[in-house]
Amino acid sequence: MPERRDLRLRVNGVTHETAVEPRLTLVDFLRGELGLGGVHVGCEHGVCGACTVLIDGRAARSCIMLAVQADGGEITTVEGLSTDGSLHPIQQAFLESHGLQCGFCTPGFIMSICELLEDNESPTEDEIKETLGGNLCRCTGYENIIKSVHLAAEKMRAQP
Amino acid sequence: MKPAPFEYFAPETVADAASILSRYEGEAKLLAGGQSLVPLLNMRLARPKALVDLNGVPQLEGVREENGRLVIGAMTRQRTIERSQLVANAQPLLLEAVRNIAHPQIRNRGTIGGSLAHADPAAELPAAAVALDAEFSATGPRGTRMIASRDFFVSFLTTALQPDEVLTEISFPKTPSGAGWSVQEVARRHGDFALAGAAVTLSLDGDRCRGATIALFGVGYVPIRAHGAEGVLQGEAVSGALLDSAAERAGADIEEPLSDIHASSEFRRHLARTMTRRALTAALDRARNGASNA
Repeated sequence: MPERRDLRLRVNGVTHETAVEPRLTLVDFLRGELGLGGVHVGCEHGVCGACTVLIDGRAARSCIMLAVQADGGEITTVEGLSTDGSLHPIQQAFLESHGLQCGFCTPGFIMSICELLEDNESPTEDEIKETLGGNLCRCTGYENIIKSVHLAAEKMRAQP
Repeated sequence: MKPAPFEYFAPETVADAASILSRYEGEAKLLAGGQSLVPLLNMRLARPKALVDLNGVPQLEGVREENGRLVIGAMTRQRTIERSQLVANAQPLLLEAVRNIAHPQIRNRGTIGGSLAHADPAAELPAAAVALDAEFSATGPRGTRMIASRDFFVSFLTTALQPDEVLTEISFPKTPSGAGWSVQEVARRHGDFALAGAAVTLSLDGDRCRGATIALFGVGYVPIRAHGAEGVLQGEAVSGALLDSAAERAGADIEEPLSDIHASSEFRRHLARTMTRRALTAALDRARNGASNA
């Protein structure tokens, strides 16, 4: 039995205390151990951004981070965004602006945009593109994703 | 599971990290931001016996001014550097280098020390360190030593750090007033490693070039200082023609540019000349206009 290491972290507001092999990546922990299938595994080496989650509020690729590195941290995945069955404004904006087609890349995009809009409530086109450059989409051609960010920003500014 | 098994250590001090490294006699790797190392582990291209995670060593983080220099802890995130007003004022070239690294999601985790110690020949920070004559501070079982940037980068992915040494901080001179700077690169896709790039500083004395430094990246196994091109500029009256001949000379300063499936040797030499020319133009503009960091 390989050595396991204690791990305590909060994921979407819930504290988990467990023990994992140090070589387990964060994405495999979130999907395999916690059943959070919204965190997608694409390239598995940090290129595509499908596995993007927030770690202490900062967007990062969970496929190139070990679960043990998140010890003591606060993780948010796409599952943590909607409240009481209603979509987060970013999700709603993707729906309304056709920001997704096959949907594989979408959770990663949404988490990257989440960080962007937390920092900057009215990002410029260039700022949006700089953020989205870290996420690959093979369907949409990105235009509708950029539209979705503008719409999401508008929705979030309108929130009390 | 993707990576091969390894023992994992999370020391809280540099001394502990160094002593673990020493115990494993070259079979342990330091884990900083992990943005290059974890992909290598996932693909099992790297199979260290042990990983020594530096993320819990608080003394390695932070940006400060000390004795007129800018000192950055090795575990400082690239994103922190990008957002640091101190860095923007004291050494804006560094800010521009960091902004060219990959994507914000990578910079959130990636560290300055990790990038420098990894020493990818196409990375921005090693070239910035070479252009700025940075000094590296390394701690091992035999104590702490300083390494000059010209000695730090030894070969492809290889530095002067010993297997039991920890890079702790990097010190940069502050940019003098009246100096300009620029980092220019070309990559196949936004955020990719550069095919070729140039990090340049240039200072003026009236309409003459008081001095310039030029570091080329992506073209050799280590960042290359274009000393010939720097000599072309030194003390001369600045003109478009002078910048042209300096850029031409920068291309000639590369003995044998790298060649791979992405770009031939000659194409890289061409790109190095073009990136140098663009960087010199931008640096000159900033030097003339009393440089804001925009």
